[in-house]
Amino acid sequence: MLTPQMIDRLWQALQDTLLMVGVSAGIAVLAGIPLAVFLVTSDRNGIFPAPRLNRIAGALVNGFRAVPFIVLLVALIPFTRLVAGTTIGVWAAIVPLAVSATPFFARIAEVSLREVDPGLIEAAQSIGCRRWHIVRHVLLPEALPGIIGGFTITVVTMIGASAMAGAVGAGGLGDVAIRYGYQRFDTTVMMAVIAILIVLVCAVQFAGDTAVRRLRAR
Amino acid sequence: MTGAPAIAGSPARAAATSEARRKGGTVSFEGLGKVYRSSAGEVTALSDISLDIRAGEIFGIIGRSGAGKSSLLRTINRLEQPTSGRVRIDGEDIAGLDESGLVGLRRRIGMIFQHFNLLSAKTVRENVALPLRVAGVARDEIAQRVDQTLALVGLEGKGDTYPSRLSGGQKQRVGIARALVSRPEILLCDEATSALDPETTVSILTLLKDINRRLGLTIVLITHEMSVIREICDRVVVIEKGEIVEEGPVWQVFGTPCHAATQALLQPLENGLPEDLAHRLRDTARPGDETVVELRFAGHRTPDLTGLAAAAGGTVRLLSSQVERIQGHAIGQILVGLGAGARPEALGQIADSARVIGYVDATDD
Repeated sequence: MLTPQMIDRLWQALQDTLLMVGVSAGIAVLAGIPLAVFLVTSDRNGIFPAPRLNRIAGALVNGFRAVPFIVLLVALIPFTRLVAGTTIGVWAAIVPLAVSATPFFARIAEVSLREVDPGLIEAAQSIGCRRWHIVRHVLLPEALPGIIGGFTITVVTMIGASAMAGAVGAGGLGDVAIRYGYQRFDTTVMMAVIAILIVLVCAVQFAGDTAVRRLRAR
Repeated sequence: MTGAPAIAGSPARAAATSEARRKGGTVSFEGLGKVYRSSAGEVTALSDISLDIRAGEIFGIIGRSGAGKSSLLRTINRLEQPTSGRVRIDGEDIAGLDESGLVGLRRRIGMIFQHFNLLSAKTVRENVALPLRVAGVARDEIAQRVDQTLALVGLEGKGDTYPSRLSGGQKQRVGIARALVSRPEILLCDEATSALDPETTVSILTLLKDINRRLGLTIVLITHEMSVIREICDRVVVIEKGEIVEEGPVWQVFGTPCHAATQALLQPLENGLPEDLAHRLRDTARPGDETVVELRFAGHRTPDLTGLAAAAGGTVRLLSSQVERIQGHAIGQILVGLGAGARPEALGQIADSARVIGYVDATDD
């Protein structure tokens, strides 16, 4: 059985996980969508062609995506100190989580944006849309179901990645599972954490799927 | 800028009569060329196209697929950049326009597409309103004009529907409404009926003709179907391998197709020799045979049946007839069977051309 202290600890850990994932997912959206739009529109055949910048951005995204999260967590410590003012705790984990999730999400959103029918862009140009009108009225709304689907994948991936945040003392569900479940052989805690994570991931996936279904039903 | 009217939106312009609006809407191509460069080499899509499209007419551009008609149409609103030559809209060379100039130009030129290209995330009303929204028109004026335009294309009550719920014909009506809501002077139609069934095609063509008459706007359409040209166009140009091969009023091109490409495009509209006749047709006459004569009408004469009978000087039977009236001209051919004693050579003065194509045994009928 779980002791009341352990239930408290799990509750605290759930809150930490939600805070870490929530804030960094928010940052990933705010930074990832513009990055995805840039990757698509600055393409040679895009509406703001800038092939050189496009290649640089693409290489940067690939670079960040190549580094495993646990390595990024440590490698980014100086940057984290600069941004969050600390290198331990929840806020110290949010910085690397966001840095890792942004390029991941940007790549997924990029795929959806690229799938927007070029005929729609042509139609928008023919009715006198300026280029940013095309981004706002055509690219983003038309790609929205795909972007939301991609965001769901991103959040689930981030819930997984946040388990490693214990390495910088950020707490969270993964940290509880490692310290109590693994290192102290407390199988009950391990099972409880797994159960909570399963429910959490299912809830996120369900919310994402529902939103996508609603949008696609139009 | 020449005397092109201001962009839609001002009340004065809204009140302008169709008379006043007829002034704008001319397109002229001067030695236009387009070459696509790719790693595979250069492909010439258009070469040396010179053409004048008059204000208020329905002008057809026809050609087989890959002939370059789509590229030509797209140079009018600069969705396609020509590599040589000039495009003038109401006398103004559009090559020099910056982004703002281009946006202004495109608001004077509507365009509809084969696959409609409607935004799936927006309702019909939002789709039609978009050209005005991005032009910064006031909200209540947008609402009013969208309603007017939806009524014009026969889509009252469909405003809050999403395009995916509409039929092909209704989608194209939304496309037309979106193209017209800015009150353009020119409407470009890119294979606008090619994805529609024959019945819907007719209804869309009727709508386009009606719009052309009521609003006085110039319509430039491209198609690979001669029937579309016959249905609504005033003049037509035939494009083959990026060059103009034939040009003129529709009845003339239909009546006297000079180029092989035009003849090939007209083929599906012609029934040719009826099969049973083709079987029985002989090259040499036997006693009692009927002489089969083909009379062609190229629009210069109307079939004169009394005159035909008189000229033939014997029994005349109509075997097959395919004459239609295009722009007030009789176009097509008829096959007649002349009995013994008739003079086939006299029929030359009845039709634009007449020739004996063979002989059949009349008693078989």
